[in-house]
Amino acid sequence: MISGGGARVRARGWGWRHAGRRSPAVRGLDLDIEPGERILLLGASGAGKSTLLAALAGLLDPDHSGEATGELTVDGRDPRTTRDRSALVLQDPETQLVMARAGDDVAFGLENRAVPRESIWPRVDAALDAVGFPYGRTHRTDQLSGGEQQRLALAGALALEPGLLLLDEPTANVDPGGAAVVRQAIRAVLGSTGATMVLVEHRVAETLDMIDRVVVLEPGGGVRASGTPSDVFTAHGESLAAEGVWVPDLPLGTPRRSAPGPDQLRAEDVTVDPGLHGVSAVLTAGEVVAVTGPNGAGKSTLAGVLGGLRAPESGTVRGSADLAGPDADVPPHRWRAPALAARIGMVFQDPEHQFLTARVRDELAFGPRRRGAPDGDVARLVDDLLDRLHLTGLANANPFTLSGGEKRRLSVATALTTSPPVLILDEPTFGQDRRTWLELVDLLAAHRSDGGSILIATHDTALVEVLADRVLPLDAGRVAASEVAR
Amino acid sequence: MTMAVTVAAVDTGRLARANPLAKILACFVLGIGALLSGDPVTPALILAAALGCLSIGGINARAVVRRGWPILLSAAGLGATTLLFGDSDDPLLTALAVTVRVLAVALPGLAVLLTIDPTDLADSLVQHARVPARFAYASLAALRLVPLLALEWQTITAARRARGVEAGRSPVARLRLFWSVAFTLLVGAVRRGTRLAVAMDARGFDSTGPRTVARPQRVRPSDIALLFGSLVLVAAAVAASLALGTYEFF
Repeated sequence: MISGGGARVRARGWGWRHAGRRSPAVRGLDLDIEPGERILLLGASGAGKSTLLAALAGLLDPDHSGEATGELTVDGRDPRTTRDRSALVLQDPETQLVMARAGDDVAFGLENRAVPRESIWPRVDAALDAVGFPYGRTHRTDQLSGGEQQRLALAGALALEPGLLLLDEPTANVDPGGAAVVRQAIRAVLGSTGATMVLVEHRVAETLDMIDRVVVLEPGGGVRASGTPSDVFTAHGESLAAEGVWVPDLPLGTPRRSAPGPDQLRAEDVTVDPGLHGVSAVLTAGEVVAVTGPNGAGKSTLAGVLGGLRAPESGTVRGSADLAGPDADVPPHRWRAPALAARIGMVFQDPEHQFLTARVRDELAFGPRRRGAPDGDVARLVDDLLDRLHLTGLANANPFTLSGGEKRRLSVATALTTSPPVLILDEPTFGQDRRTWLELVDLLAAHRSDGGSILIATHDTALVEVLADRVLPLDAGRVAASEVAR
Repeated sequence: MTMAVTVAAVDTGRLARANPLAKILACFVLGIGALLSGDPVTPALILAAALGCLSIGGINARAVVRRGWPILLSAAGLGATTLLFGDSDDPLLTALAVTVRVLAVALPGLAVLLTIDPTDLADSLVQHARVPARFAYASLAALRLVPLLALEWQTITAARRARGVEAGRSPVARLRLFWSVAFTLLVGAVRRGTRLAVAMDARGFDSTGPRTVARPQRVRPSDIALLFGSLVLVAAAVAASLALGTYEFF
């Protein structure tokens, strides 16, 4: 269903500096991509991958949004004049869909490109079919799962019959099951078009069968490596891994386990409507419990109930005398907030929800200061944490301006500043690069070694493998199988 | 809330299929007619006739009451207040007039709104009212993000509690927490809006060239009839009220 075949991309000494930034996002880029070639674009966070994709999509305007150097062309022309040849899929499913009904959403791009009405609906149907969209045109987009939304976004791009398909981490914000389906849809699309593809993706191993060549951008500018996956990863695997790329077949460290101590937090026969039906769970000192299960299984609800953020409708939740002190007979959702924060540290899926101040340093000092710690102690603790999290250079930055990995590390650190005996995390490794992932594992293992209890609601099987002492599998709000000791 | 925002709540029946702009204009005509009459009889006639037409048009009265109870309640409250504290010669009559007028303006409007799909309305505004597509569809896309905000508010408040911040009973602390949550919500909303704008531009929404429409909205003879019918209805109610000697201009 492709017209005009794959596009040719050519860059000569190309660079781009976003308006208001001192240093360029990309510089000195020399790159040739042949028509129909499928490229995996890699590089450390900040190497300019997304900027290059936006430029190829013709979305960067030198008159307004920044300053270009060198030359970048699609089919020999300025990308802004070849917008009809390219289509871009971004990472956030929530903000890619425009219309309320699936078919209307796919049609949206065709309307904008003034495709005659009689061609619109056949192209919509063909695109929905090509990505394996399981519902009809009138299905509501707000009832789709993340994976289904991304498949619909892919159909919206495919309907444009692009010669250049640009995919910017299309599976990063989707759970593992959904991500597999999105990749399946990409494979099906690639099979049906001769389009050139540039894919940005951290999870490399899963994409190797759909690409011809790996191109690695150098953070300082230019291309560090270009070639077949095996050539590139043999020569540069270690350095790429150190920068956060999920290089295939590299070990993630040996599993770390620990023996359980006394009980800290206990939920018995807890029911929350909707979400949980008679779930019991125990968290003991010095152990990591992973709560697993598909979307909607009740993982986050259980985390909220144990963390004192939601009241159970029936059943009991109690902290031990050691954890709760005078509140040992009171459920955590009745504890006063300062007491709760001192006993149970909570890390939300979106770190931004938790930020309270305008500086990284203040964010870390917030908890200890409120507990009345002397200024000297607070300063020492904050400096130590900044150092351990590699955030010292960003101590005065606004937390909202940090990268995804930096925000995640900061949110875990803020939960740890009040030294809570219990730490509860909701999908802490979601969408994180390899470096942040390893740092989180270190941080959590250290907390456990100090006798802390950790409960993690997660889809991440590698995390469970490396860190969990016990697994609590949930399905449809119930414990799916007896807990698995590891 | 999600239902009302994304898809028409009542999507069957003759009236549901009518052109959304024609429906809104017809309600407007009824409302003006009811507001301009100062007596209780004229709006009562308009209301009765409108409700009759709505049920013929396939509107489920129960669905209207279920969603419209705040309107019924406030109309009754307004009537009671006028009755108790009004200073007119005949408080009962004035109270009745106020109540019926509010109902005559609000009930048909609500009933019709429930049958309007936001997408159809945007299409119709662009195709018939010459509203710029950029404005209509950007608003439509933004509307889709609204239900997320309520959920987000809860999450941010819970995250504040997890960090040891909660308002308790102090009104000052409550206000501060409110602003802090609102700020975080706003930062997230702006970021989401920016991402949505980029995604829309990536699909050619920023193009200045011509645009085609995938869903042509038609103005059918029945839509003209609807509009004309609403004018006739108001005129008939006023005429009947004049004949009865009850009509009073506002």
